[in-house]
Amino acid sequence: MSNVATTDPATTPVEAFVQLEQNGVELMPLRKAGLARFSETGYPTLRDEDWRFTNVKPLTELPFRPVTSPFDQTPGLEQLGEVTFGCLDADRLVFVDGHFKADLSQIADQSSGVTVSNLAHFEGELGSLSGGDDNPFVALNDAFFTDGAVIQIGDGQHLAKPVHLLFVTMAGEDGEAAHVRNWIVAGANSHGTIIESHLSLGQAATVTNVVTETRVGNGANVEHVKFQDQSAKAFHLASLHSELGRDARYAFHSIALGARLSRNNLRLRLAQPGTECVLNGLYMTRGQQLADHHMIVDHAAPHCDSHEYFNGLLDDQSRGVFHGRILVQPGAQKTNAKQTNKNLLLSDDATANTKPQLEIYADDVKCTHGATVGELDADAVFYLRTRGLDACTARRMLMHGFAGEIVERIRHDAAREELDALVWNRLEAKHQLD
Amino acid sequence: MLEIKNLLAGIDNKPILKGINLSVNAGEVHAIMGPNGSGKSTLASVLAGREGFDVTGGEVRYKGNDLLDLAPEERAREGVFMAFQYPVEIPGVNSAYFLRSAVNAIRKHRSEDELDAMNFLKAVKAKMKELGLGEEFLKRPVNAGFSGGEKKRNEILQMAMLNPWLAVLDETDSGLDIDALRIVADGVNRLRGPKNAQVVITHYQRLLDYIVPDFVHVLHDGRIIRSGDKSLALELEEKGYDWLVKEAA
Repeated sequence: MSNVATTDPATTPVEAFVQLEQNGVELMPLRKAGLARFSETGYPTLRDEDWRFTNVKPLTELPFRPVTSPFDQTPGLEQLGEVTFGCLDADRLVFVDGHFKADLSQIADQSSGVTVSNLAHFEGELGSLSGGDDNPFVALNDAFFTDGAVIQIGDGQHLAKPVHLLFVTMAGEDGEAAHVRNWIVAGANSHGTIIESHLSLGQAATVTNVVTETRVGNGANVEHVKFQDQSAKAFHLASLHSELGRDARYAFHSIALGARLSRNNLRLRLAQPGTECVLNGLYMTRGQQLADHHMIVDHAAPHCDSHEYFNGLLDDQSRGVFHGRILVQPGAQKTNAKQTNKNLLLSDDATANTKPQLEIYADDVKCTHGATVGELDADAVFYLRTRGLDACTARRMLMHGFAGEIVERIRHDAAREELDALVWNRLEAKHQLD
Repeated sequence: MLEIKNLLAGIDNKPILKGINLSVNAGEVHAIMGPNGSGKSTLASVLAGREGFDVTGGEVRYKGNDLLDLAPEERAREGVFMAFQYPVEIPGVNSAYFLRSAVNAIRKHRSEDELDAMNFLKAVKAKMKELGLGEEFLKRPVNAGFSGGEKKRNEILQMAMLNPWLAVLDETDSGLDIDALRIVADGVNRLRGPKNAQVVITHYQRLLDYIVPDFVHVLHDGRIIRSGDKSLALELEEKGYDWLVKEAA
């Protein structure tokens, strides 16, 4: 890292932004506003209520290096075929360090009314859903995003196959950052499945900062699986902003297995009556990892259901953080909101911080929340052993079952089965290490 | 098959079993009866290998070997099965997957070929039909949200699939209505044979109308105070436990 200063003169957001301007990128108003917001706030600290348990200081100490133009090196198609979901029957958009790779991507002809592409020159309404967020990483993304996916499903259209967004980091220098931006619109009564995965092919302390805006139209049905399995040194920051229309069905699954530090901000706005929204998450951490899910579910209309289920399996010195706030606006009567966060501590040194929160301004609602932090159930281990299973297998089966509560909610069969097998293999690998 | 000699056991330095002697041969069914607090459940726990119970004296030999020296899973693999009074709910673990893993762990130990998914399903569905369990049962997590009767039938299903030499049934009748009781008893009776043995632990005589024992033992204050044949159970039903307790005192 000693040669950083000589090879890369841009070490602050402001300096890097000057370079960006010189390159002549698009959407300057959004970018400038983002930079201005970030300059005002800087990185969050532990003093910020929303970041109390998640210390991003190690990230702030890295050189500031947005990957503004693509590197020469890219993974081969064969290599991508071996990664999780790499063989899933899907239309696939591949991004390497935040830059679209057409030659690695695969998009079948879409029916009229469906757009699946990279962001390219798309202007749309970028920022219209994330704009109100004071998260400094959204501001950074506004300023520096390079590319991302656009998925637009027209009214009444169905995606024939899932769309797989595969984000890979190849970067080899600490601090190299991919700022990725996705825009998803599902029209009225449309259907679609989106699989988003984030992987590292290098081992450096890279940064991924992704912002996804999703508009789910009236009566639309969207399932979105986000899978994060980056390297143990990587930093992963994600921010989801979804707005749901009347009678919309929306399921968002967050599977966080990798990264030294991962943070998923989930911002859901149930804008019209009759929506059903499921947020479903699994985090499995070990070593020094930290996985943080921070969500706000905004019930802005009556007769909406929201369910949040988050399970964490925490080993070694790792930490799981959950913050779930359900906000029921005045007038959002007949709201049915439920959230649970369960944490399984597999080591004495693992930590879970959980903060479920209800904020209710309507009087005819049903809201429940609950959080647990515990160890594997000794009675259950004993029960399995009395059936002939050895103690390790019994423990693994219980951990698998705990993770399975989340994985089984994924409706897309192939994705669910692949994830289920992956979780089992991880537990098996852990067993072999122990 | 099972030889218990002067077994002393307890929890937290509190003695509960104060010298149990019991001999069970292949082909026999033994009932162990007794009032609450007599040590029935402790005996079951010690035989199953539950942690937290201290064996302070005596021995338990199973097929000539020291049973207490075996881990719970080793006991299961050697052919000892425990049907629990309170089967544990295990959310997230699929019943079919669990049961097939258990069956194969035991088959492997016996140097038998493991059952593939097809053959397992064939075998388990036949047993489920006998026990009046619908096929959706296999898709549910182990015992999670099961009614009391379903849990007990699940124990009997596991027993039927694991095919033990020695089965210990701990209060399997508790919480069962008469129809479920009959189904469970049928399941146990099907397992009876010249090479198998069963120990039925129960508070009430009712179960013994359906699982007719060869021997009945009365447990009180950690000791067997009376042994007899099935007529002893009927006598207990009529007169309660008090007369025996007074006699023993």
